[in-house]
Amino acid sequence: MAEPIDALKEKSMILQKDMLAKQFHELSKAKELGKKVVYTFVPGNLTELILSFDMLPVYPEINALQSGMRKKSGSFIKEAEKIGFSEDVCTYVKCDIGMMLNGNIGPTGEKLPTPDLLLLSYTGCFTFLKWFENLERLYPGVPVAMLHTPYQEDGKITQDQIDYMVKQLKEDVIPKMEKVSGKKYDETRLSKMMENSAKAEDLLVKVLESAKNVPTPIDAYFAGVYYIGPIFTAFRGTDESVEYYTELWNEVQERMRLGLGPVTPEGEMKEQKFRLVMEGPPNWTNFREFWKIFYDMGAVIVASSYTKVGGVYDLGFRHDPKEPLESLAKYCMGCYTNMNLPQRVGMLEKYVTDYKADGFLINSIKSCNSFSAGQLMIMREIEQRTGVPVGFIESDLVDPRYFSYANIKNRLESYFQMLEQRQIILKQEGVRV
Amino acid sequence: MKSLDTILKECEELSFDLNFKYAKKWKAENKERILIGFLPIYVPREIIHAANGLPVGIMGVGDRKQIIKGDAYYQSYICHLPRGIIEMALDKNLDDFDGFMFPAICDCVRNLSGMFKLSKKGKFQRYFDYPQNFDPLIGGVFYSQEMEKVMEDMYAINKVKVSNEKLNEAIQLYNINRKLIEDIYNIRQEYPWRLSAVEMYHILRAGITIPVENHNVILQQVLEYINKERGEPMDNIRVVISGSFCEQPPIGLIKSIEMAGCYIVDDDFMLGSRWIQGDIDANSDAPLSALTNAYINQSTFSSAYYDVGNPRGKRLVKLAKQRNADGIIFCAASFCDPALLDRPQMQKECDEAGIPHINFQFHENTGQFKVIKEQAGTFSDSIKLWA
Repeated sequence: MAEPIDALKEKSMILQKDMLAKQFHELSKAKELGKKVVYTFVPGNLTELILSFDMLPVYPEINALQSGMRKKSGSFIKEAEKIGFSEDVCTYVKCDIGMMLNGNIGPTGEKLPTPDLLLLSYTGCFTFLKWFENLERLYPGVPVAMLHTPYQEDGKITQDQIDYMVKQLKEDVIPKMEKVSGKKYDETRLSKMMENSAKAEDLLVKVLESAKNVPTPIDAYFAGVYYIGPIFTAFRGTDESVEYYTELWNEVQERMRLGLGPVTPEGEMKEQKFRLVMEGPPNWTNFREFWKIFYDMGAVIVASSYTKVGGVYDLGFRHDPKEPLESLAKYCMGCYTNMNLPQRVGMLEKYVTDYKADGFLINSIKSCNSFSAGQLMIMREIEQRTGVPVGFIESDLVDPRYFSYANIKNRLESYFQMLEQRQIILKQEGVRV
Repeated sequence: MKSLDTILKECEELSFDLNFKYAKKWKAENKERILIGFLPIYVPREIIHAANGLPVGIMGVGDRKQIIKGDAYYQSYICHLPRGIIEMALDKNLDDFDGFMFPAICDCVRNLSGMFKLSKKGKFQRYFDYPQNFDPLIGGVFYSQEMEKVMEDMYAINKVKVSNEKLNEAIQLYNINRKLIEDIYNIRQEYPWRLSAVEMYHILRAGITIPVENHNVILQQVLEYINKERGEPMDNIRVVISGSFCEQPPIGLIKSIEMAGCYIVDDDFMLGSRWIQGDIDANSDAPLSALTNAYINQSTFSSAYYDVGNPRGKRLVKLAKQRNADGIIFCAASFCDPALLDRPQMQKECDEAGIPHINFQFHENTGQFKVIKEQAGTFSDSIKLWA
């Protein structure tokens, strides 16, 4: 493998990097500044609510993935395994616990503050529950607020489910936040933030849907994870978030105007031979090498499910300032991994059609049963319904032991050969590709 | 009364009849009857009984069925249970079932509900969401609504309305069932040689494939037999097994632990049958509320149940002490996130309480037990020699 060149970055990526650096710095000073800290999860997060109490959110999955990207996760995982965690279980959990055992030094090298509240808003992932039960014992005395998000069992969100969630918010979550923060719940402030949320969400959807263009100006998976960063984490509801998405949308529009392809770390992607829909999270430990395989083969991801784990805004959901708590409930229940399998298949099928994809690919993650269990059936369904060639590769989130570069490259090369062959055959048969 | 050997043989056959012949025959006798399959761990079987249904536990295929198609549906890093269940569904073992319930215990079982939906197996495929909020006015209401959904699903099939009277009757039958099971466990605590853990396992697993009335007769008869002396006491240690609440260990594994010198005096193999601790009010004007209250207030501990405020490690230690156990064996299925993520903390609680423990992992079709037998044997010897 050749030495990587310095990664090319878009302006919005630099903007985001600055936002994150500022956030981690603020977290490192939280105790000095008297700020209360809430640990919580990305899917179904209650960022606006946390911010409305002037508390700072920390997302353990984000720390884990950042540790993965910075090649720190391997040793953290081993630390957790030393105290009894099985090799079989979720590596996000082990990375987080390992990081804590190592002094809780965050990805930027600054110490993360201990939590004042553990907000277990668990959406679409049963392991979240186990994760925070473990954290509750590692941080004795820290209160836990549980928000149980019902699964979209019937493929829809019902009023009973909304009522159940709102009751939990009103009678458990908010009182605990009031107690920890020492502030009263301010619905006007929450609603105001949600106006910003909805603005940013509109802009994000425009960005993601720009990939319907041929050629696409964005990559909706590898670059997509950057695009979702602010809105899925600590910035949703803020002015900064709206500024970031405004800048990003301007950039994307400019690229569309100039007919340019996505910006990748290796440079602008000039040739787009294959348009793919991707299911499953990315691997973080070898993110750039992974992306480069696609770049080298002229494959671009036009839609992905991973960019919907923190909200399916492209399906129409927006935070609603008029009914903030109901809106949070709907948001939590709407996230991708909280959708039942038929819904997930339906969404992916629609992506293949709407985004004019040549293929459907699954990156199956060892650590993440929420995504992975059932993916082989999803793959069959998509193949049957759309007729596009499907592919399947396996890796892990942040355990470097489960990323086999040669294996993945071999599989992808075979898959792209198949796509190429199909394009030739379709061309010969006079089908426009 | 049948001999104990005959009862045990029949239970063994019932527990591993992967074609559920008994249940299907029961259904064929009356047009209003329905079969509802349920996965581990717990569902309120009373509501199914009251709707003229037979709740049938689908606990996996163990080592009794070769998996061919199922492996094509699951990656190597996903536990074994769902691939066996899909294999059964594809092989038509479950064809006479009217509906399926998938309790909210993990992401694999949750997504399996979607796979059944996509495959259109049964007339309904219900993911049964347990509330993780235990306020009766919040989580309790939610739980009642979850039960009502299942009742509507069943009504749509056989048009049998669940009356309070029928539900109270069912509650009473299951109260008797749990009481008899607990009585047998209590006798086994004192005299574990009278009924082996494997025999106990077969009796309980048979119970989730037949009507509760019939199972109660079996339990009553077994109880009568083991109230008298049977077998010979051995110089074994007494252990509690924890972590096998979903995917079930193969019989050979349970046998190996026993043969290695461990009396299993409590376990979570068939936890659903013992989930509710104590009786549920069977004379209520609102029996659905009685079931809800029981779930909220009388559930046992489990990795599927949010435990902040009442940690399961402490409850396991308490159980081990109640059973006068010498040690705990953590025995979880490979790739079982709930059990394996709980294990370090539960081990810590055991250490703090001075209770020795070991752990190993299994698949439901594990075929080699030599290492497990050696490990359990060493555990037993070390306790006998040094404890």
